Amino acid sequence: MTDLEAVLQSARERDTPTELGQHVARRAADEGLLDVAYASVDSPLGPLLAAATPRGLVRLAYVDNDFDAVLEGLARRISPRVLEAPAQLDEVRRELEQYFAGRRRRFELAVDWELVSGFGRRVLQATAAIAYGDVASYRDVAVRAGSPRATRAAGNALGANPIPIVVPCHRVLRTGGGLGGYTGGLDKKRYLLGVEGVQTAATR
Amino acid sequence: MPMDLPPFQRLLDDNRDAVYRYVLYAAGPNEADDCFQETWLAALRAYGSLRNADNLRGWVLRIARNKAMDAARGRSRRPVPVEAVPEQATYDRNGLDPALWSAVGTLPPKQRGAVLLRFLADLDHAEIGLALDCSTDAARRNLHEGLNRLRKEWTP
Repeated sequence: MTDLEAVLQSARERDTPTELGQHVARRAADEGLLDVAYASVDSPLGPLLAAATPRGLVRLAYVDNDFDAVLEGLARRISPRVLEAPAQLDEVRRELEQYFAGRRRRFELAVDWELVSGFGRRVLQATAAIAYGDVASYRDVAVRAGSPRATRAAGNALGANPIPIVVPCHRVLRTGGGLGGYTGGLDKKRYLLGVEGVQTAATR
Repeated sequence: MPMDLPPFQRLLDDNRDAVYRYVLYAAGPNEADDCFQETWLAALRAYGSLRNADNLRGWVLRIARNKAMDAARGRSRRPVPVEAVPEQATYDRNGLDPALWSAVGTLPPKQRGAVLLRFLADLDHAEIGLALDCSTDAARRNLHEGLNRLRKEWTP
């Protein structure tokens, strides 16, 4: 490299002022260009990735290393206009904090069901109706979703829940009280039931 | 069916500094922040219907170049043919030799664009071609001729 090129390249040192990226996200929201806004939200169960469309919360994910994979899924399935915009997730963050502090028994935030359809959506909507501190069996939610014999399919739908915690799939247990499964790991399911004061054979 | 575009945030994270450094020199420090925001908002607007995910960096820098020229045109407050618009590469707040930057500023527009895109935004020849709306070969030629001219007009 010649001296001239080295001098030209040394002009490259300037980094973008941090606030400029935030201005872009805010103006994008104002102009209705933010198809998917996301933010990282701290929780006692580790960092969560929360993503919302203009219609509501569309994804809540336990993330360890697969942050990028979750964002790629949202880009593919909803819209590639995915931007980090923490201000758009303020209500979600607030309600989750209250929930984990034991001060909120019902989520009031809007939910966007776009990532689930058909039977899976009916199962998750039936699950969303299970009250705080209450539990139901996989068979119960299959019945409430309109297919009493589809217990296994109901289990699959719960395992693919895109909005855990808020859509409380942790409240669905095996008939007889066995813990069943949980995508984020059974420790998390046990923790959430503990927050809600649920006592079963499986949580003791 | 649209092809798989990366989440827009990744495009922004990967290219924010390239865009900022380019508009800082191409549009000048007073216009840089606006140009930066206008570039990314225009990119976001167009992103949903983008048909080609190759060379996204060149695509974004092409938008940045248009915004920088818009800013220069707004400054002059009268219609000016695009290729006659100076890119005002005279910014020297980093302590760089003002003589060099004023030499860059007097290059023909495509040569100046190629030099700024190569050294400030770190674009390769294909990306410069897309940003300048010319072939890869033409981009290489513009860069080469621009550097030759600068070597004649400036010595360290």
